[in-house]
Amino acid sequence: MGTPTYDPIQTVTLGSPANSVTFSSIPATYTDLILVMDATADATADCSLTFNGDSSALYSRTVLDGNGSSATSARSSGGTNIPINYNGALVTTNPIVNTINIMSYANTSVNKTILVRNNSPSLGLALIAGLYRSTSAISSLTLVLSGGHNFATGSKFTLFGVKSA
Amino acid sequence: MTPLLEMSGGLSAKAFGMFFPSDKFSPSFESIATVTVGAGGASSISFTSIPQTYKHLQIRAIYEASATTGGTPRFTLNNDTTNQYRYHYLVGDGATASAGDSGGAVGSGGLGSGIQSTAQFAALILDILDYASTNKAKTIRNLAGFDANGSGMVGLGSSLWTPSTAITRVDFTLQSANFNQYSSFALFGLKG
Repeated sequence: MGTPTYDPIQTVTLGSPANSVTFSSIPATYTDLILVMDATADATADCSLTFNGDSSALYSRTVLDGNGSSATSARSSGGTNIPINYNGALVTTNPIVNTINIMSYANTSVNKTILVRNNSPSLGLALIAGLYRSTSAISSLTLVLSGGHNFATGSKFTLFGVKSA
Repeated sequence: MTPLLEMSGGLSAKAFGMFFPSDKFSPSFESIATVTVGAGGASSISFTSIPQTYKHLQIRAIYEASATTGGTPRFTLNNDTTNQYRYHYLVGDGATASAGDSGGAVGSGGLGSGIQSTAQFAALILDILDYASTNKAKTIRNLAGFDANGSGMVGLGSSLWTPSTAITRVDFTLQSANFNQYSSFALFGLKG
């Protein structure tokens, strides 16, 4: 028989607006991390992701998105973070839901690949493959909104750990 | 316990409680097996003798190719390489969104054209729905992608395997390449 996994590590629902959310001291005992966010903002904004407090130019992404009339693909390279939503996706009304898979996050032999499914009912949807060019184990992650905007009260973030056999 | 969550502005986070209170419900997502590639590489990744006690299967993987960036990674079920598969995919290469299919019945399922890299590890999340059923054909879906800081591919795949046979084995291969060291595939079962 298998070993139960897919453990909730931490959940928070914001009791007041916040520009960023950080999960720190992430245990290295899992294989993958899954971050699920359900959020609105105080104004139209974008959300980006960094790891280990690292804001150096080690991030990049390839994105496939659709807005109901067309599908497009784009890339950003050598960035200081990974944008994780369809452009301008966080709004004040309908929440976005992101599922962010951080694969082999504690593996010190590989750079870190993430897969994101972004659902933005007001605008569209996006699939993102991201890269953090570091072999360091990820022990913290930070989500931050652009332009100094805030996640709205009631935005919810849940971090899960999945451990392979 | 060291707090895991901080918020900007010096505000303290309040944990809202466990999202899935595992002490109240039977766990439904279980790790079954893992294959990690060693120093010599591997031509294929196989899960055999898959227990029939789950409702669905999920495979989570990172993989790097020894050659042929841009090739199409594939899978087979129950070691079947006959033309009983069809697949469709939607992918983006950083410049263009495109869709395609297998062009008819073929001998393997496809994970998405071009999602294979020699430069960085691609990631894969693949679901095999109702895998143990003996009353229906099998539908497989996947999300996969890689980024190599100047190149990359991300997309969705959907595959069909027409036999009504329960699935007991899954094999993965790369197009014209081996899996490099540290490639790792993990099999999970979801109870229904």
